[in-house]
Amino acid sequence: MITLSHYLIVSALLFALGLAGVVARRNILIIYMCLEMMLSAASLTLVAFTRFHVTDGLPDFAAQSLVFFTITVAAAEVAVGLAIIVALYRAKQSVETEAVTKLQG
Amino acid sequence: MPAQETSHATLPTLLLLLPFFTALAILLGHRLLKGAAVMLSLFSAAACFLISMMMLGSNTTGDVVPLLPFIEIGKFRFAIDALIDQQCRGMMFIVTSIGLLVHVFSLGYMKQDAGKVRFFGALSLFMFSMTGIVLAGNLVMMFVFWELVGLSSYLLIGHWFEKASAADASKKAFLTNRIGDFGFMIGILMLFAANHGNVSLAGADGLREALTSGTLHDIAQTQGTYMTMAVLCLFMGAVGKSAQFPLHVWLPDAMEGPTPVSALIHAATMVAAGVYMLVRVAFLIEAAPVAAQTIAWIGGITALMAALMATQQNDIKRVLAYSTLSQLGYMVMAVGLVAMQHAGAHHEAVPGHPGMFHLYTHAFFKAMLFLGAGAVIYSCHHEQDMWKMGGLMKHMPVTFITFAIGTASLMGVPFITSGFWSKEAILGVAFEVKGGSPLFWIGVATTMLTAFYMTRLFVVAFLGKPRTESAHHATEAPVVMLLPLLVLAGLTLISAVPGFARLLEAMTPHHAEEHMTVMIASILALVIGAGGGFYLYKGKDKDPLNIRLFANKFYWDEIYAVLVKVFQDTLAWIVAGLDRLLVDGIFSRLPAFLAGRIGSAARSLQGGHLQAYTFLLGLGAVLVIYLVVFVLPAAGH
Amino acid sequence: MPPLLFYLFALITLGFGLLVVTARNPVTSALSLAMSFVGLAALFLSLDAYFIGIIQILVYAGAVMVLFLFIIMLLDIKAEEGKTFNLKAVVGGIVLAAILAVQVATIASSYQPGKTRLDEAKLDLKLAADYSKLPTIANDLRAGTLPDAKLMGQSLFQRYGFHLQVIGLLLLVGTVGVVALSKREREAN
Repeated sequence: MITLSHYLIVSALLFALGLAGVVARRNILIIYMCLEMMLSAASLTLVAFTRFHVTDGLPDFAAQSLVFFTITVAAAEVAVGLAIIVALYRAKQSVETEAVTKLQG
Repeated sequence: MPAQETSHATLPTLLLLLPFFTALAILLGHRLLKGAAVMLSLFSAAACFLISMMMLGSNTTGDVVPLLPFIEIGKFRFAIDALIDQQCRGMMFIVTSIGLLVHVFSLGYMKQDAGKVRFFGALSLFMFSMTGIVLAGNLVMMFVFWELVGLSSYLLIGHWFEKASAADASKKAFLTNRIGDFGFMIGILMLFAANHGNVSLAGADGLREALTSGTLHDIAQTQGTYMTMAVLCLFMGAVGKSAQFPLHVWLPDAMEGPTPVSALIHAATMVAAGVYMLVRVAFLIEAAPVAAQTIAWIGGITALMAALMATQQNDIKRVLAYSTLSQLGYMVMAVGLVAMQHAGAHHEAVPGHPGMFHLYTHAFFKAMLFLGAGAVIYSCHHEQDMWKMGGLMKHMPVTFITFAIGTASLMGVPFITSGFWSKEAILGVAFEVKGGSPLFWIGVATTMLTAFYMTRLFVVAFLGKPRTESAHHATEAPVVMLLPLLVLAGLTLISAVPGFARLLEAMTPHHAEEHMTVMIASILALVIGAGGGFYLYKGKDKDPLNIRLFANKFYWDEIYAVLVKVFQDTLAWIVAGLDRLLVDGIFSRLPAFLAGRIGSAARSLQGGHLQAYTFLLGLGAVLVIYLVVFVLPAAGH
Repeated sequence: MPPLLFYLFALITLGFGLLVVTARNPVTSALSLAMSFVGLAALFLSLDAYFIGIIQILVYAGAVMVLFLFIIMLLDIKAEEGKTFNLKAVVGGIVLAAILAVQVATIASSYQPGKTRLDEAKLDLKLAADYSKLPTIANDLRAGTLPDAKLMGQSLFQRYGFHLQVIGLLLLVGTVGVVALSKREREAN
């Protein structure tokens, strides 16, 4: 039977995949997708906990509101982030991380 | 009685605050006020004049009136207070009346100037600082305002700061004054130490009281050198501010400022502040005979030397500047001589100091001469070389007449001019004082030279034929500029009339007796000087005399340049060596080397690679999880 | 939900997630991410979070993915062919991910409440109906259905009203930001 830990481990694996992608990939768009994946993994954790935390016979909807907010913020973030990527592409003609090394000390 | 004290304090407080707030308002709101700022400044000057007239009527004795407590640290107290006596009231009249007239004159003179508002703001600041000096009831307050006049003088000399020479002149004036001011400060501190922190000019525990019966009395009796040093240090302040030898070099250069400023600050009031200060502390000078002699001699040397220099100057304002130097030397000499005369015996405050008398007559006629020169310069399209003028008598009759009155007064034309009486008074003292005869002859020689160079200036600029186009087309100055000239001409003529002088109090010398020798000597000197000048320069287009030494001002500027260079270079060499060894080496290079090494080590972390950063971020997160979840619970936290 | 379905959807989620990370072509990555999110949404449904699941599909798999694809096509980003991977980065990423996964697995395995089975945490709709104040929710609960959207709405608008406003403001700011970013570019060109 499926336990809470199953969901947590799936979430952790998804998060780890996202992290690996962020570190390993050079394409900023894909890094962005990986970030979205990590955010969703966090959402999964939250939803799993709400389901297993039954109050008055119902899942914890207060925590599900948090997931709702997370998704909203993520949507806003994607919009702004993609605008930045477009601006970056126009400036550098590239979306590779090698193109942005201005912070080099 | 508190009520009476308040009424005593009202007028001086107003005198201080009016120009202060005017200057502040112009400083803060000059964009907003624009033309109104000029009127505001003029109004404040007029109000100050009225107040000083009201003060003339009041009959306060020489008490210190507290106006505002300023600093109080433990026992040490420093207040803004006013010592209102005859000297103060008379000086205040001079400052405010000439101040007002110069404000009026400037309305015309500075009409087209872009920095007009700034000019009037600085003028108000000057009025504030000058009234502060005149009122000052203690030396610390006087020093504060002393510095403030230095500042406003700096601002006004450098009014046309786009011109390199003006900017340089203002710096020169400021720096030269710093030397004198430093001495002044040391002098104040010496008295401060000797009299337990009280440097009030009058009142209980004040300096005068202390000198009669208190701490200073003992010091004056037993440690004459200390007293002499203190007085000479105070005198250094006057040397700087009144441009006495050897710090005289700044005053001629200060003529780079607008002419009304030259009239007000560098002829009538600020430069006279040194003399005023010396008269204020005259009782101290009397207690130090050596210092008194030094002062008299410095004054005499300045008077003679400046008169010699004036004979070879071609710039109309510079001639007047050197004449101012010379006349200031006269006043300082008078201060020294009077102190020598009174030495040993304790006198009450001298009501009629010849130095002050000359200061007062000189203020009027010299301000008028400068304003007249200003009118001439204005009419000749800012031409200052007198050899390019000539024949101005016909074109500018009013200016000509007033200038003639001023010249006569400066030369000391007998009986009808005020300058004659005040000069006679000084020469009289020199004649009377034991050991004063060399100074007497110096004074006579100066009189002769004064007559010579003023005749030269007058003949060259006003008589004869116009030498250039601009002189040919010169027209009379506008009424707003002529009005102050006429008022000053009137004041010049009547200021030595005993009745009028008494009305202004303080200024007439107390001894009226005249020595025949003195009078004959000075009249002879005048005739020789003026006659020689007239004979030599009548109808000439070029200077028949050519004395390099005088024209180049005895090479003082060059001597200072060399002195400063030698000292400065040596000092700079030593300092640079220390700097290289200590600062550059141990304090700067070593830490820089270490910081650089650490930096380049840390730099490798900052590769600018996004992936490296995210990797480190992830590593940090993993490490935190490891520590918080696995290490801390195991350690029992 | 039968365990088989859970494993299936977990596999879909993680498998396509892996494809996102490894695919060379960004279009493949984006579509894989969409699939991964569909799997994730199914997992949400298995947790009785119907509303969140639908939102996940609508917002992520729908709007966000379209935006990604749109940008990819707009910028005409080709597959990074011939380019070798940065070996250090790849190794670093894998190691980091592995450590994290191991850490979380360790925590999850020693976490006692984590042993709770899904059928042990039963929903009691009758009890909830008694607690519910709104008649429409209570009626739905008595009828034996979970009025998921209504309960979310109750939570959002009653308990988190202010937060909802703030989120609205954030979206507005985001919109303005995007416009500003695009506008500056146009001027520069």
